[in-house]
Amino acid sequence: MYDITLLHYLTLGAILFTMGVFGIFLNRKNVIIILMCIELMLLAVNINFVAFSAFMDDLTGQVFSMFILTVAAAEAAIGLAILVTFFRAKGSIAVEDISGLKG
Amino acid sequence: MLGAEFVAMILVIVYVGAVAVLFLFVVMMLDMDFAHLRKGAMQYIPLGLLLGGVLLAQLVMVYKGWSLSPIQDEANKTPTDITNSEALGQVIYTDYIYIFQGAGLVLLVAMIGAIVLTLRVRPGVKRQNVSKQQDVKVSDVLEIKKVTPGTGV
Repeated sequence: MYDITLLHYLTLGAILFTMGVFGIFLNRKNVIIILMCIELMLLAVNINFVAFSAFMDDLTGQVFSMFILTVAAAEAAIGLAILVTFFRAKGSIAVEDISGLKG
Repeated sequence: MLGAEFVAMILVIVYVGAVAVLFLFVVMMLDMDFAHLRKGAMQYIPLGLLLGGVLLAQLVMVYKGWSLSPIQDEANKTPTDITNSEALGQVIYTDYIYIFQGAGLVLLVAMIGAIVLTLRVRPGVKRQNVSKQQDVKVSDVLEIKKVTPGTGV
């Protein structure tokens, strides 16, 4: 019988975060998948916060993870709204088409 | 179990009920060519693997040389005699009330921003304008004429 220690949670968080970064680099065309990867990275950070909160016997981590959740939801809503607006303007959501400013 | 039931349930509700549905609706509304988007994704696998591996190695190194500080500030020590939701409520509505209100404001701004961004006013669409209807006076729509018999209007 194994005990789940803090290190297991941190490893899970690290793997999820790395998957998020990997997904951003893998899918450099689809903005929707990039948004999903950002959500995945925020979730990995949430896991770290909750794990530390539980193992250090301190509620602050759970409170903070709820505020992260709020910001993540707001970010998803705004990101997808911008995406819809962009699709109406250009008819595409590929990253390479988002170069209207020619910066 | 970590004893963080409230955060777990909130995460499930928010992600399944709100974020996943939002993503689904956007994917449904944008009829794009996924095959075209997926084309050429394989060429970035080495770069992605390299950067992901570097990041994972860094995280592993951090975990190796990490230790708790001997001085522990237990400002929000988890109570053991009440449930997790109750304990969270006791700190959120007292110690973190301003941040809580700020989170509400963030959500409000995000909601208004999403509506403003996606609102589209299309010309030529006939709609009912209630205040215009209510403002109509009798003199605007009805004309009373004196008709003398035998002459017509």
